[in-house]
Amino acid sequence: MFSYCTDPSTLEGLTWLSCYLTTGKHAGFYISFGTVLLLLAITAPTALAFGFAGATAARSRLWPIKWIGKTYIAIVRGVPDIAFFLFFVIALDQMFEWARHKIKCPDWDQPIRQGNDFVVCQAAKLPLGEAPQWVHETYGFFLAVLTFAIVFGAFAANVLFGAMRAVPQGQLETAEAYGMSRRQTFWRILVPQMWVYALPGLSNLWLVLIKATPLLFLLGVEDIVYWARELGGTKLSRFTEYPHGDWRMWYFLVLLVFYLCFTKVSELFIERLMVKLTHGQATTGGETQRKAPV
Amino acid sequence: MKKLVLATCALALSAGMTMAMDVVRMGTEGAYPPWNFINDSGEVDGFERELGDELCKRAELTCEWVTNEWDSIIPNLVSGNYDVIIAGMSITDERDEVIDFTQNYSVPDPTLYVALSGDVDVDKGVIATQTGTIQAAYIADSDATLVEFATPEETLAAVRNGEADAVFADASFLEAVAAEDDSLVVLEKQVLLGGGVGMGVRESDAELKATFNTAIDSMKADGSLNALITKWEIGSTFE
Repeated sequence: MFSYCTDPSTLEGLTWLSCYLTTGKHAGFYISFGTVLLLLAITAPTALAFGFAGATAARSRLWPIKWIGKTYIAIVRGVPDIAFFLFFVIALDQMFEWARHKIKCPDWDQPIRQGNDFVVCQAAKLPLGEAPQWVHETYGFFLAVLTFAIVFGAFAANVLFGAMRAVPQGQLETAEAYGMSRRQTFWRILVPQMWVYALPGLSNLWLVLIKATPLLFLLGVEDIVYWARELGGTKLSRFTEYPHGDWRMWYFLVLLVFYLCFTKVSELFIERLMVKLTHGQATTGGETQRKAPV
Repeated sequence: MKKLVLATCALALSAGMTMAMDVVRMGTEGAYPPWNFINDSGEVDGFERELGDELCKRAELTCEWVTNEWDSIIPNLVSGNYDVIIAGMSITDERDEVIDFTQNYSVPDPTLYVALSGDVDVDKGVIATQTGTIQAAYIADSDATLVEFATPEETLAAVRNGEADAVFADASFLEAVAAEDDSLVVLEKQVLLGGGVGMGVRESDAELKATFNTAIDSMKADGSLNALITKWEIGSTFE
């Protein structure tokens, strides 16, 4: 990157380090931080939406919907994350391809499962075989978001389900007395008030989600842990301009600091959100706020 | 004028489509120098990168490189995430039941032991290998205690920190490492495993296999394969 980097073997100290840290490979490492942050930014609201849908379904009066909601929560919470990530992504990918295959290639006469192979016609491939690498990576990223959202959505559903039941019954009765319909009571009284009960559980989930991002590599997305392992590994002078020993410890130390800072910032943010949500609530927190001198 | 532009667009599109059908995705590990590794600019490099690019050129295919963890490299091939495994994978009967191999593009490379000192008893000791390799299978069948790791790097770390007595891996990989690390010693005992390294393809992909076999034949015939083997110090050359 810098003009003096043409022959790193002659460099020393900080100049060497400045060249080393700006190689194309390190750029991949820095970009992966962005990937992780982007994943969190997309996954958190998606998982919350899944959770909200799951919780609403689980307390529905129609038994098939209630049954779907409860089954979703029970199954996903019961299966170990790793098993889910390994099995689910391949299954999901094959399901998409199978569906596209049925639509796009109705005249295909060969079986889709040939021994161990999963063979669909070229047009049904997802992404298409000739698509550039970034499309494949985006698709992998999309699968990762979906899987994370489904897994964390089930946990969020349970948290929200509990939070909905924690809203004081008196509030709902009052709403009914005012002549609100079930739907109105739900959206205007229950939902705005449940967050204060849900937040402690949701904040736990958020912190667990931050730390679960290394599972990305299982899904073929090159995340920060992959790059830390790759960059930190021993490098021989035959294969690189910047030979070094086993530096994985230093790279993992960087990750440690990153994760700690990130969780700290999250905690500060959640604390402020909690203060905001508590405002005017019939909880001890809300009562303390009411009595506090302005 | 407008028609001309349209026609050119249509032509460019259709040309793009016919060319595009020939994209072959090459899956590799990227952590096993000199066979395959990630170079300073973050791209796949090594013996197999050069070999693969040359084979694709001869077969008139457009090739795209992707990396995948060694552990799941076969499952991802059969489910169609890439079309070829080119990752220093030895041809064995067990693997041949699941996928197909092209002919070998390297002669069987002797497997070596590397340890911190020369007096390690490799027949009884603790031996580190990479998971799912022919070396791991060999140690599992012997009297030695096997410890497996996901990456080649971790097998070396296990020996350096004393968790294992020796690493058991391909000579081409270990000799490159031992040449630059004075604390490591290459032991005398050698074992010859496997039937050479080939490219892995899906069993349903007979056409692709034939294409690459022809390309490998032509590289064997004009000596360019041997030149690559010598350049990257992969082991002995073909007769």
